[in-house]
Parts: sequence; structure tokens; C-alpha cells
Amino acid sequence: MSHYEVKPGPEAFLPPAAASMGNVLPDPGEAHIGGKIVPEEEAYDKAARMILGAKVPTIFPGPLVLWKWTDHVAEKAKAIRELAIEAPMRIIPMADYRPKYPKIEAAVEINPNHPNLTIWHNKIDVCIFIGVHCHMANLSLKIIRGGTSCYTIAMCAMSGHEDACLSFRDADLAMIEKLKATIKKLKSEGVESQAIPFTQFKMSRSGPIVPA
Amino acid sequence: MSKEKIVLCEDLADVMPPEYQELVETATYGNQDRGWKDIGSSKELIEQHSLCAGCPESIAFRYILASLPAPENTVFVGSTGCTSLVFPHVAVHNIHSLFGNQNAIASGLKRTLACRFPDVEKDVVVLAGDGATVDIGLDMTMQSWFRQEKFTTICFDNELYANTGGQESGLMQKGFVAKMAPKGKSFEKVRLAEIAREAGCAYVAVLTVSKPNRVEQVIKNAVLVAREIGPTFVQLYTPCILEIGKQSMEGLDEMKDSETIGGRFVQKEYITDEAQKLLDSIKEETKARKKAAKDKKTVTA
Ligand SMILES: Cc1ncc(C[n+]2csc(CCOP(=O)(O)OP(=O)(O)O)c2C)c(N)n1
Ligand code: SF4
Ligand SMILES: [Mg+2]
Repeated sequence: MSHYEVKPGPEAFLPPAAASMGNVLPDPGEAHIGGKIVPEEEAYDKAARMILGAKVPTIFPGPLVLWKWTDHVAEKAKAIRELAIEAPMRIIPMADYRPKYPKIEAAVEINPNHPNLTIWHNKIDVCIFIGVHCHMANLSLKIIRGGTSCYTIAMCAMSGHEDACLSFRDADLAMIEKLKATIKKLKSEGVESQAIPFTQFKMSRSGPIVPA
Repeated sequence: MSKEKIVLCEDLADVMPPEYQELVETATYGNQDRGWKDIGSSKELIEQHSLCAGCPESIAFRYILASLPAPENTVFVGSTGCTSLVFPHVAVHNIHSLFGNQNAIASGLKRTLACRFPDVEKDVVVLAGDGATVDIGLDMTMQSWFRQEKFTTICFDNELYANTGGQESGLMQKGFVAKMAPKGKSFEKVRLAEIAREAGCAYVAVLTVSKPNRVEQVIKNAVLVAREIGPTFVQLYTPCILEIGKQSMEGLDEMKDSETIGGRFVQKEYITDEAQKLLDSIKEETKARKKAAKDKKTVTA
């Protein structure tokens, strides 16, 4: 069966939900690339190459990994940080889902209601969603595909996301570590990161301690 | 969620927006003496709001959130209306229900939480407008009271349907003319507090939100009685300044006027003997605890 190819946009003001075009989610042990179901192994390689080839690769961690719900989540957060350092990638949190007024600080946060603002502002060309609740990830991924040319990767802990350009499923600690290991391996084979040098911003209670 | 869960993952904490760092460090989760006086000196559990500038609902939210006995173990159930636009900005778990269904949802939720967390007291608090409570949701509201469901119902009474442009509500005053009710209300304001008392609420209070200390006491009473005894109901006058043609600064005066002798919102409470006994004992315990803490402080000093 031919599939609807989930490519980076800008596709349209309101791109169709990939599921409505007949795209299905991967089964355990699988992933999808552009809507095509592939073995998980293939997705690690593609994701790692996309990250290394990007100028502004960025991780968007969501509330499920930002808050210490359990000790296991804290381990995941650590792995995410290590992944960011290894690549290297920026980290910009999707701390919550509220429509912020008057608007978000696009340099240091992303919001599902207008994720395009953060992508445009930082010129992000490849991003990873991780720890974002499914319905909010779906909403954002579609808006990003609609209005930006960013390549989206979902490290989904549930069944995966049709609306990402590439999606893993059942993404646990081991899978985050495996993505990091894949990046490391490619680097050792001579694939160089194209990321523009940056300093990761840092926040305190009273504002930025290391500006974005 | 418990207050132990309101902690950021160490490895990602330094990228979190300042408001969350503040929430973790200075919010009053877990403080059994929390109250309206914390406003200004600790992080509030509402970050922003989406109401009209000066809307009394916003200050009502702030007082209620500051007064909940255990916000970390509370779940709000909201309904469509101006209030529902505020919940995304609130740092307490909340569920948005279909307009009018809030007390049915809360009934199921309270029972489920009691099964799932038998050792933790989980408070359920409904917070909805007058349209949701007394008109479209009256069936669900009253049935939950008849069944003696143990949660609190708070009604933000602005005497009309504000969010949809000013339609007539059961709690609107007789004769009132609104934008979408041009002929004027033809029947009296429904006496919801008396209905609540007769339907089985153990604690009922009607007041405005002009005085934070009163709001704090009423909210604490309502939540604590609902925990131990049965349904409780709080009706708060939060005038819709937009629909009654007031300026942003005039909400407070409107509330004060309505609570003077003979006004619609002179504070009143209906408390069953059982609930009164409980409130008296809680008062005694709190007094004894605070005295013991004070004595201890003096000794250490
Ligand atoms: C089932 C259903 N019926 C009707 C509506 C339309 N509706 C949205 S808000 C509202 C009135 C809200 O009035 P109230 O409960 O008094 O809240 P307020 O906006 O005044 O705070 C209505 C009728 C709806 N959203 N859902
Ligand atoms: S419409 Fe009325 S009740 Fe709603 S936010 Fe505005 S002033 Fe408040
Ligand atoms: Mg109303």
C-alpha cells in the first residue's frame, strides 16, 4: 500500500493528520521513517545522521521527563542530557502546555500551541520530541510540519507518532542510550556534526544565568 | 501526585523556566497552615490568567488556590465557561468536563481516588459557573448531593452566562436585562444555597470574594467537611464586570455593595450539627498545634 510521506514542511497551513491519510503506527521493534514502517535499527541510523547533519539540532523534553515522577524518570533525564552533550544538541523545554501570554520566550522554551515560533526564532532544522504527552505532541508536530521546514523525530514512550518525520515507539532509557551510542559510532566513523557552535542556556529562579 | 513529586529532574532542572524553579522552591504545597496571607511571599499556584482585566474571578481563583488544605492531593473538576480558561494556568491537577457534567465526573473521580489511594486523603473540588451549576448541570449537581458524594462544589456566581456573551441564568436577579436577555429576567434568583441545604449538603456558604480571610475560612471548612462527612457547597459572587458595564477597578465595590445589609450576598452559612462539631474540633486542634509550636520556639530561643 502506498503511504503518505511525512516530510518536513512547510506543507500547508493545516497539513492533514498522517493517520487520516492511512498511515499506521509501527509495531513493537519497529519505527517509521517518513510514514514508512522500518525495523528499529534503521531508524537509529537515520535519526543519528539527521542530528549530525543539522545546523541547529534541538531536543524538546516535555513534562514527562522534566519532573521527577520516579527515579527511573530521573535516569531518563540524565540520558537525555548525555545525548545532548554527545551530539551536540541544544535543549529547549516544553515545560507546559498552557497558552502563554503575551507570548513565549522563543529562545528558551517551546509551547505546543505555537511551536513554530521557537523553531523559526532559533532556526531549528532537526528536533526530537521526548516526554511530551501524546495529544500535545500530535498537535505540535502537525503545526511544525505545516509552517516550518524542521525535520521532526519522536522518541515516543508509547506507540509512536504518525505526524513525526521519524518516530520510535516504546522509547525507554536503553533506547535513548542507543541513539547516543549510534551518534558516537557514526562520529568515530568520520561523520562530523554540522551543528553551529552554541552555549546551552541555563536558568535559575530569577532568570537566565547563562543567556541563550 | 504528592508534594514529594513536585521535584524537577536534576539533569534537566537548569533549563526549566524560572516560574517552575520558583514553584518548586517556594510554593506552599504540604504546608498545613497555608492561606491567603502567603500571597506575595510565596509562589502562587496560578501563573497567569486569561480573564478580563479586573475580573473578580481572578482574585477568587487566587484566594481559593492559596486556601486549599492540600493542593498536592487535590483534583479540580471544571466546566465550560470563563473559569475553564484559567485552569491551564493552575498548578493543581484538574479535569475539564463537558458543560454541566462536572458533579457527575467528580463523583466518579472521588470514588476512584478513594479506591486507588486508600491511605491518602484526596480532595475533589468542583469549580464551575452558575450556568453550569444551576441550569444545564442542575441535575448532576443535585444528584451528587442526594447521593452524599464527598466532595466540594464551588459555584462562581456572576449571575449570567458570561463566556457566551450574557445570556440569562437561573442565578440572575429578577428583572435584570443582559445583552442576550433583552426582555429582562422574569423569575426570581434561584435559591441555590437553600436547595443545597435541603438536598443534603453538610456545609453551605454564600459570600462575595471581597474579603480574602472569609474566602479562606469557607474554602477550608468546605473541603474539610467534604473529606469527613459529605457534600459541601460554596457560592461566591464574582460579578462579571464586562456584562454589567463596570470598569476593571469597580469589581470590588460591586461585591461590597452586594454584601451590605439587605444585599443579595450578605454572608450566610448552613452547617449541620455534625459538620459544626467537626469544624470545632479542627479549630481546637489547630489552636493546640500552633500553641505547641510557639511554646517550642520560645523554649529553643
Ligand atoms: C454542552 C454544552 N452546552 C453549551 C455550551 C455553550 N456554553 C459555553 S460557556 C456557556 C455558559 C457558561 O456560563 P457559566 O456557567 O455561568 O460560566 P461563566 O462563563 O459565566 O463563568 C455555555 C452555555 C457548551 N460549551 N457545552
Ligand atoms: S466575561 Fe465577565 S466573568 Fe468572564 S472573564 Fe470577563 S469579566 Fe470575568
Ligand atoms: Mg456565569
